[in-house]
Amino acid sequence: MTEAVTTPPAPPAPVVDGENARRRGWGWLLLIPGMLWLAIFFLFPTVQLFFTSLYDPSGSFERGYAMTWHVANYADAIIDTSNLFVRSFMYAAITTFVCLLLAYPLAYAIAFKSGRWKNVMLVLVIAPFFTSFLLRTLSWRAILSDQGPVTSFLQTIAILPDDGRLLATPVAVIAGLVYNFLPFMTLPLYASLDKVDYRLIEAAGDLYSSPFTGFRTVTFPLSLPGVVSGTLLTFIPASGDYINAELLGTPKQYMIGNRIQAAFLTERNYPWPRACRSS
Amino acid sequence: MLFVGILVLVYTFVPIGYIFALSFNQPSGRSATAEFESFTWNNWETICEPDGLCGSLKLSFQISITATILATVLGTLMAFALVRHTFRGRATSNLVIFLPMATPEVVLGSSLLAMFVAVGVDGLLGFITLVIAHVMFTLSFVVVTVKARLAGMDSRLEQAAMDLYANEWQTFRLITLPLAMPGIVAAAMLAFSLSFDDFIVTNFTSGQSVTFPLFVYGSKLKGFAPQLFVVGTLMFLISFVFVIAAELYGSTRRSPPNLRRRRPTY
Repeated sequence: MTEAVTTPPAPPAPVVDGENARRRGWGWLLLIPGMLWLAIFFLFPTVQLFFTSLYDPSGSFERGYAMTWHVANYADAIIDTSNLFVRSFMYAAITTFVCLLLAYPLAYAIAFKSGRWKNVMLVLVIAPFFTSFLLRTLSWRAILSDQGPVTSFLQTIAILPDDGRLLATPVAVIAGLVYNFLPFMTLPLYASLDKVDYRLIEAAGDLYSSPFTGFRTVTFPLSLPGVVSGTLLTFIPASGDYINAELLGTPKQYMIGNRIQAAFLTERNYPWPRACRSS
Repeated sequence: MLFVGILVLVYTFVPIGYIFALSFNQPSGRSATAEFESFTWNNWETICEPDGLCGSLKLSFQISITATILATVLGTLMAFALVRHTFRGRATSNLVIFLPMATPEVVLGSSLLAMFVAVGVDGLLGFITLVIAHVMFTLSFVVVTVKARLAGMDSRLEQAAMDLYANEWQTFRLITLPLAMPGIVAAAMLAFSLSFDDFIVTNFTSGQSVTFPLFVYGSKLKGFAPQLFVVGTLMFLISFVFVIAAELYGSTRRSPPNLRRRRPTY
C-alpha cells in the first residue's frame, strides 16, 4: 500500500500476526509531512507563546521585548483578570453540567431506544450544526430578545419580572454556550453508551434492581469514559469561547477569551495575554 | 428516555427554524434580528445584495476547499502510518496529533498570529495564512477519523488479495483504498465544515481578508442583513443533502464493489 504515495516503498515485510498487520520499515515516513505541518504551525508557536509569556512587560511592540523569565506576568494576569478567570470557569462549568444533563438522555435514547432510526438520529444530532456558528448564536439572540417568545412567556408566567430580560444576562450567555457545545457532549457519550452491552442492564433488572439502581450501578459507570471525554471536549472550548459572551451578553458577562482577543488584536500587548493563556 | 431524547433534538432545531423564518423577513429597520415583521421572498432573490456577502462566501469556499484537500491528504497519510506501521515515537506522534484538539482556539489563533508577526510575514496575512491555519487545526480531526476507520478494517482481506498474487499497489488500489474511503470522505467533510465555520482562529490570522463568518461578525456593527439568514438556511439544506448522500454512499460501500465485480464467474 505504501507505493501509492511518493515515499520510499516499505519492504515487502511478511505480515507477522493476522490480527494486527503492523509493519516495520519505512512506513513512518508517511507521517512526516503532516507532522512537520503541526510542528511548524502548532508546536513551535505554542512553545514560543509560552516563552513570550515570560518576557519583560515593560517592552513595547515597536521596541521589542526582553526575555527576563518574568514569571510575575502570570501573577499580574491572574490578579488583573481574576474575575474574568473565575467567570469563564463558572460559565464553562455550568455549561458542561447542563450539556451533560441534556446530552445524556439523548445519547441514551440513540444508543438503546432508537432501533432502526439510529443513523437518522445521529444525523439529526449534528444537522443543526451545519449552519454557521455565528448565525445560530444570532438566532438565539432573536429568540431570547426582549420582544422574543421566551422572555414574554417567562414574563406571562411571572418567573421573570415585567421589565426583566434574558438577553445581556449570564443566563443568555450560558444558554448560547450550552446550545453550541451540546454535540461535543452528545457524541462521546453516545460512543461509549453504544459499546455498553445491553444484556448487562437487563441482567441488573433480572436481579431485581429498580431501573434507577440499574442505571446508577451499571449503565452510568460503564458510560464514564464518555462522560469524561465529553466533559473535556465541552469544557475546554467553552472556557475559551468569546462569541457567545459578545453576542448574547454585555461586557459584564465577558469571558477570558474576550480579553485575550482585545489584548491581541487591538492593544497588541503581547506578554500579558500569553501569560493568561498559558496558565 | 426516548421521549426526552427527542425533546432535546427538537430543542436543537429551534434556532434553525428561526433562521429559516428570518430568511423570509422583511425588516423595517436596518437590522433583522429583532422579530418577524412581514413576509417576503425578496431576500432569497437578492442574496448578493449586501456589500461583500458573496465575496466573503467565495473566499470561504476557496479557503475551505484548499485546506480540506491538504488536510485530508496529509491526515490520511498520517493515519496509515500510525495504524499500519510500528516505529519508535508512535505514542509521541499520537500526543502531538491530539494536542491541537485539546487546545482552546484562542490559543491556536493567537500563537500562530504571533509567529507570523515574529517571522515578519504579517504583510502576507490572508489567503495563505488562513489555509495554513485551517490545515493546522483540521488535520488532527482527519487523522482521528481515518484512523478509526482503518483500525476497524479486516486486514485479512488484504492478506487474501496478496495470497491471490495481487502486488502491493493492486492490493492498495482495489482493497485498502475502497475500504478506507468512507472514513476518508467523512474526514474530508468534517474538515470542510470545521474550516468553513471557523471564526476564532480565522479572526486572528485573516489580516484584511473577510471570510463568511467574519462577515457575519462584522455585520454586528452595520446591522444584520436578512440575506445572512438566507445563506444560513441554504448552508443547512445543502449540507443536509450532502450528509444523506454520504450516508447512502457509506451503506453501499460496506462491501467493496471492486471485490464483487472482479470475482470470477464460475
